[in-house]
Amino acid sequence: MTPGRAEAVAVGASAGALEALSAILPGLPADYPLPVFVVVHLPPDRESLMARLLQDSCRIKIREAEDKEAIEPGTVYVAPPDYHLLIEPDRRLSLSSEEPVLFSRPSIDVMFETAAEAYGPGLVGVVLTGANSDGARGLRAIRAAGGSGLVQRPDAATASAMPRAALEACPDALALTLQEIAEHLRGMVASR
Amino acid sequence: MAEAVEDIEFRLLLEAVFRKYHYDFRGYSTASLKRRLRQARERMNCSSFSQLQDRVLHDPSAFPELISFLTVQVSELFRDPAYFRAIRERVVPYLRTYPSLKVWVAGCSAGEEVYSLAILFREEGLEDRTMLYGTDINPEALRRAEAGVYELDRIPSFTENHRLSGGKSSLSDYYTAAYGGAVFDKSLRRRAVFSDHSLAADQVFAEVQLVSCRNVLIYFDRPLQDRAIGLFKDSLSRKGFLGLGAKESLRFSSHADGFETFDQAERIYRKRGDA
Repeated sequence: MTPGRAEAVAVGASAGALEALSAILPGLPADYPLPVFVVVHLPPDRESLMARLLQDSCRIKIREAEDKEAIEPGTVYVAPPDYHLLIEPDRRLSLSSEEPVLFSRPSIDVMFETAAEAYGPGLVGVVLTGANSDGARGLRAIRAAGGSGLVQRPDAATASAMPRAALEACPDALALTLQEIAEHLRGMVASR
Repeated sequence: MAEAVEDIEFRLLLEAVFRKYHYDFRGYSTASLKRRLRQARERMNCSSFSQLQDRVLHDPSAFPELISFLTVQVSELFRDPAYFRAIRERVVPYLRTYPSLKVWVAGCSAGEEVYSLAILFREEGLEDRTMLYGTDINPEALRRAEAGVYELDRIPSFTENHRLSGGKSSLSDYYTAAYGGAVFDKSLRRRAVFSDHSLAADQVFAEVQLVSCRNVLIYFDRPLQDRAIGLFKDSLSRKGFLGLGAKESLRFSSHADGFETFDQAERIYRKRGDA
């Protein structure tokens, strides 16, 4: 299936996430025409500083995802610690405190799978550095629904296991450096 | 775009469950419910939601198993200790002024929060004047709540949570270890009632001074969230308290005007005197 016109970006990262995201998100303009969903594995503290830390270096709006809020373009939604982030078919966000998946809550797979259902071919999935295999199954769901997959090159990642597992699950996903991922995310909406 | 067959089957299954068993999941958030129903489909060896529907309609013994997938049962004693600390330090001083108290734990699952509040109210000397109502739609969860037995390996985190919540006693005072489980003291249930109640279908059953409903509303869509919050408002006495989960709020509710924020960080609200 050929990926359709991009409508949303879904990003998963684990060990080394802050550094990797800091190489990608600052490159997105304030009026980036898509929403970006981000799941990062974090300790289950109540307050995450992730959104605030990233906002300092970014022009695009970065917020912690809230339950049942309507999804807006030009916004990065970060899953809160200790909750799964799900994308509803009517394109709202949902949070859930269901069991961890692959020892992770939030789970990249859960977000990717529900986003794939909501956006189908319009979804771009991005798997970054990490020391587990979360995201592989989700990226496969994104590809199966017709969306596209970008994976950080394992040899250039802080932790290679997660991108490696994603590439094993989706051999046709593009393996790129962080720089190339940032360019790709900008380039695919350049003509709008 | 034509509706996907699986989506049609998904809605029909929820309709079938409602009409046959009067459990109404039609207002639940789709993404999480569908995920859980797919797990049920796999574990119950059905190839489609239609087949699962056929099974559930014709074999009532399959229904309890399905219900266990449809309801989320993840909780702990004193989960989010800061919430219980806020109840203890900020809400209890107001509750002390009432000669008798009723507390409603809505969506109590296996009773973890009811036992937490029972312990907290005992520590604060309010136990004798308090009735605790724990309600849920899952009969198996209610049975477990009634039994008050939790796996021993959960006790260390319960103990730590209790300590962080400002606990004034040792959690080990309240349970005995037996047969691989921690059996909580029956006396904690003396003032507790567990019963079947649906936030989607049932009405208010008592006037209460505190409603605690945490990590339940996130599984509902907006209209059902609003129905539930309306029940809480109608159930609360003037200036009564409502505690929600760490990521839940009244911000989008049509009943928001009926409440004031009492503790923003811990998501504790207070019904207005004129509401």
